[in-house]
Amino acid sequence: MDFSLFLQQTINAISLGAIYALFALGYALVFSILGVLNLAHSAIFMWGAFIGLLALDQAGLPVWVGFILAMIGAGLLSVALEYIAFRPLRRRNAARIAQLISSIGAALLLVNIAQLVFQQIYSQTEAYYPRDLSILPFIPTETIIIGDVRIAPIRIVILVVALLLMIALQYLVTRTRTGQQMRAVAFNQRIAGLLGIDVSRVYVITFFLAGALGGAAGMLYGITFLNVSPFIGDNIALVGLTAIVLGGLGTIQGAVLGGFIVAGLQTASIALGGGSYRDAIVFILLFIMLLIRPQGLLGQPENTRA
Amino acid sequence: MDAVIDFIIQIVSPLGITEPVLQFMLVSAILGVSIYLTLYTGMFTLANAGFMAIGAYVGVVLTQELDVSLGVALIIGMVVAAVVALPVGLPVLRLRDIYLAIATIGFGEVVRILALNFDNLVSSILTAMEGERVRFSLLNGARGIKGIEKLTETWMLILFLVVLMFLLMRLHRSRFGRAMAAIRQDERAAANMGINVVYVKNVVFMLSAALAAAAGVFNGHLTRIVTPNAFDFNQAVDILAFAVLGGTSTWIGPIIGGMALAAMPEVLRFLKEYRGVFNGLVLLLVIVYLPGGLINPTGWRRAARSLRERFSRQSQEAAEDAGT
Repeated sequence: MDFSLFLQQTINAISLGAIYALFALGYALVFSILGVLNLAHSAIFMWGAFIGLLALDQAGLPVWVGFILAMIGAGLLSVALEYIAFRPLRRRNAARIAQLISSIGAALLLVNIAQLVFQQIYSQTEAYYPRDLSILPFIPTETIIIGDVRIAPIRIVILVVALLLMIALQYLVTRTRTGQQMRAVAFNQRIAGLLGIDVSRVYVITFFLAGALGGAAGMLYGITFLNVSPFIGDNIALVGLTAIVLGGLGTIQGAVLGGFIVAGLQTASIALGGGSYRDAIVFILLFIMLLIRPQGLLGQPENTRA
Repeated sequence: MDAVIDFIIQIVSPLGITEPVLQFMLVSAILGVSIYLTLYTGMFTLANAGFMAIGAYVGVVLTQELDVSLGVALIIGMVVAAVVALPVGLPVLRLRDIYLAIATIGFGEVVRILALNFDNLVSSILTAMEGERVRFSLLNGARGIKGIEKLTETWMLILFLVVLMFLLMRLHRSRFGRAMAAIRQDERAAANMGINVVYVKNVVFMLSAALAAAAGVFNGHLTRIVTPNAFDFNQAVDILAFAVLGGTSTWIGPIIGGMALAAMPEVLRFLKEYRGVFNGLVLLLVIVYLPGGLINPTGWRRAARSLRERFSRQSQEAAEDAGT
């Protein structure tokens, strides 16, 4: 493979990886603080893409407004999930598996509602983002060509936005009082509660952040691949799971690392001609990782309580 | 036998259940039992859709390409799934709850993707071996196998289910069945009592795989089409929903749950386009308010008690409000 092709593929992988990482962060955030896997996160992702599309397409709003709306909308949906699907079970001290199942039910509900709304608005279950969106007025939309490498400016914007969001999250979790409370609850919910932290509030904030990140990932995904349907979450759900398992369940840096690794592998398998095995390779990797190092690349082994 | 089936259909037809629907309900009941076995042993696996795919493809290829009878195809399909389950189960079943769920989701997807690309894969291997271009088509990729003979009859499904129920009853009274329950309650304690946990878990996983495969074989010869995408993650979730709705405290639960969920779209015709929404709601409401599922007397009693308490508290408050 010649160098410019390699460079082109690397750029593709990085911009895809940024979206995956953003998505996987939502999983990781909820998992690290509640210890449950929110399988409805992919449905939130899809709603983010959908809300963004509606804002652009139906309301004619500028892209950045749509983006903020997508984040807020997805965040609120995610908070609603916490109230409907997780809180009642937590109150009953239900098993982690019960919470997993209720999140699957919630995902089913969200996807099917989206399907109905799609039917209403587009009279089909597919819609498209406009091509060549200008994100901000001063950024050109023409493809930048350096030698043989072609970069759409929008990809750079997506990458920058994704990275900024990740940095903002890292800052929030490590440097602010809210983040401190989140980490305290993640460490031990009971003790955190005894020390006067409003645990319910921390959960709501966590779900909002996770949802907002998922929504942002959804809209960026929509802008990149144009195609939006109620089912775009199906595929990325498994990609996101692989990413967080690879990086280490519940670690924030791990989710980012995992997202980029998965994107790199997928891009590489397409470039090397194995496009149809793209997902199989990812899952086999997931499989092997679970067997030899279930705590992931960056995770600490989980202490199983007897 | 035919008279009995006709009679059953006579009874249920006012609900909108015709013979094809009944057949579909019976297949779902088998699937429900398939996931029930693993859940009863405390293993949360989501590989059933993958094993169903294996059964469907093996069975259909046998009857359509090799003219094997359905009964033999059924047995071979079940054996193949069980044989595949062993090397998968041995490493994977060491994992627990969420990790196990993720790993088995991954397995299901790998099966689906392999079925999707099977023809290409074999073609390229043959091409490499022969040194010339060979075209191979058996599973037809995403288009799937179409025009399968409709070999499954209602009586076969009923017979299979009745035998299965008899075996389940025997199983729960047996040493092995008690070992399953013990592992669910506390794996370490079970191991200390001398139960071979690895053995029991793997045998249960293989049994579950064989049952899912049987459902696959029957289903392939009912719907007359087998496509890879029929066995995706959503199918795995549907199978899980059978067991969750029915409850896993007895083996009757998943059978009723499977039949109820399969019949729902027909009985509730008026819900047509809201079917998916309704399914999601059912799953959510059952897991939140009736954690033991529909077939679970203690769960109902507990739900009724909490409801009563809430009402009495409200009426108390209302009385106090009226007093002040």
